[in-house]
Amino acid sequence: MSGDIRVAHAPNRLTRGLILGVVGLVFAVPILAMVEFTLRRGLEGGYDLHRWTDLFQGGLTGEYKPVLVALGNSVGLAIGTVAIILLLLVPTMLLVHIRFPQLRRVLEILCILPISIPAIVLVVGLAPVFSVVAQLVGSGVWTLAFAYGITVLPFAYRAIQSNLDGVDVRTLSEAARTLGAGWGSVLLRVLVPNLRRGILAGAFIAVAVVLGEFTIASLLNRVNLQTALVVVSKNDPYTAVILSLIALSVAFLLLLAIGRLGTVRRPRAQTARTPVSAASPTSTPTPTGARP
Amino acid sequence: MSQKTVSPKTTSPTTTSPARTGSVVEFAGVVKRFGTHLALSEFALTLHAGELVALLGPSGSGKTTALRVLAGLESTDGGRILINGDDVSGVPTSRRDMGMVFQSYSLFPHLSAGENVEFGLRMRRVPAAERRSRAAEALDLVGLDTHYDRFAHQLSGGQQQRVALARALVTRPRVLLLDEPLSALDAKVRVSLREQIRRIQTELGITTLFVTHDQDEALAVADRVAVMQGGRIEQVGTPEELYTRPATPFIADFVGLSNRLPGLVRHGFAEVHGVTLPLVDPSQPDGPVRVFVRPEDLTLGTIDDQPGTGLPGTVLLSSFLGSLRRTSVRLDVGGTVVLQHDVRLHPTVGESVLVRFSGAPVPVEAHIPVEAQTPS
Repeated sequence: MSGDIRVAHAPNRLTRGLILGVVGLVFAVPILAMVEFTLRRGLEGGYDLHRWTDLFQGGLTGEYKPVLVALGNSVGLAIGTVAIILLLLVPTMLLVHIRFPQLRRVLEILCILPISIPAIVLVVGLAPVFSVVAQLVGSGVWTLAFAYGITVLPFAYRAIQSNLDGVDVRTLSEAARTLGAGWGSVLLRVLVPNLRRGILAGAFIAVAVVLGEFTIASLLNRVNLQTALVVVSKNDPYTAVILSLIALSVAFLLLLAIGRLGTVRRPRAQTARTPVSAASPTSTPTPTGARP
Repeated sequence: MSQKTVSPKTTSPTTTSPARTGSVVEFAGVVKRFGTHLALSEFALTLHAGELVALLGPSGSGKTTALRVLAGLESTDGGRILINGDDVSGVPTSRRDMGMVFQSYSLFPHLSAGENVEFGLRMRRVPAAERRSRAAEALDLVGLDTHYDRFAHQLSGGQQQRVALARALVTRPRVLLLDEPLSALDAKVRVSLREQIRRIQTELGITTLFVTHDQDEALAVADRVAVMQGGRIEQVGTPEELYTRPATPFIADFVGLSNRLPGLVRHGFAEVHGVTLPLVDPSQPDGPVRVFVRPEDLTLGTIDDQPGTGLPGTVLLSSFLGSLRRTSVRLDVGGTVVLQHDVRLHPTVGESVLVRFSGAPVPVEAHIPVEAQTPS
């Protein structure tokens, strides 16, 4: 039920500001320090933009082109991993929740398990699997998405499950079915819209995990953003930091885009939310404002 | 409402019949098991066209299972379910053409009230303009025409259930299923909403199955009440029949309040502490029984008038219930009875009174009295 999801006691303005301030500071300080670092002229002190301009005036197409390729790889992997979450995890969780509730514990343990296994151990197990995968579908970097699909399971599972617990999925799907909806409509028209927050949160976390992943890619000899940055940082720490900053902004924009995607379709009249949809250019197909 | 729209997704030809005539629903020996538990055991019940039948029973009696089986939300392990003569046992829920209101609030939280009501029409690919006007009409029917744009969290519990009712009715289903729709609401809303449900149901003439554990609710709204226990029906009848002529002690006990008194059946009559009472079932064999007597079938007299015509006793408690008064009396012969009477009669605690029987037929249960048995 919707009432249960919403926060009953919102913190007051001051507490809110304080929490936001502290959290913001924790995030801002390292990023600002990185920016400051890239602006340093050299050992003699002073600041300028020459490292940034150097990079953009040829650096990215020449010396650092591999990083750009690696960034492309990582974004592709993020998309692949999110696809695994959306197409495999979400339907499985719904199926277990609605039809096979006795399997819930099993699914939970399976999904949480990867968090207790260090990435390095995971790789030991994955290496022989990936040699088979390579034989079957080639050794393209995208195959890493299968491994990432596993590493993000615990985070995605938790995010979706907490949303699932707050929605009476069973009754809603039964109501939809009595109204003439087949399983496809139940899923897309009723369940996904009501689990949007959990699904998006799961996807956000998956993207963040994939963009920051180093161990598995490095040990399986695939190139992703993090492995490429490590290579660069060995030669030029300044450029590595600049590239990290760019990577961070890309990740940030990506998350923003995904978040936007979820709110465009229906501006919600919920008090607890401040939807971005006010700026949305596309209007909903059925304007709710008009009354017949 | 216009009668022309027929769901294109529904394959059954019976949907072409207008809702006003109502559909005939028949459960024929339906069996449903959950593991080893037998939830429905040869369940048989017929709902006539346009009739509101209440399924009444304690929790675990199988009443909700019966409704869910009819909705197609549970499969059957035997028997047939017929709607207008067609076996629908194998038809998936989405094509059974039923309207259902659930016990828990079931409005889609991401849709407004109006869009919720439109949902079933959308599934039937009704054009947008018609969808909107029919949804508005349905909301008007439940008195919520001004709440089209409200979301579930902006509505009270009663309003949510009314929207759910509009949503269930807007597609003009063959059967309306109500699964304890009022049990989450507070007492006052519950009474007004059940009257509203009854009014709308009569107006539309839609065959309705109403599941409830609340006997007042069942007796108040239903054309007929089916009392369930242990996966089968104990008795089906009009509320009056059920109340005045309960077929079994379980029903006498479950429907309304009853006093249980030790008695003896002889020649088709029951004797209770020397008073002879007619039996609901005169074929009851002779022998010791437990007799069920309604509180309103007992009257209160003062000890002075005509001794010997009633049972003497002492008032234990008397409570004012608004339109009537309920008094507990400890009988001199042993045991306690509860009786209901006019509020103008005002017995005081400790007062000696005479309890008289009105002489209405009583149901009995064969019973062998045991030594040191506690009076009920």
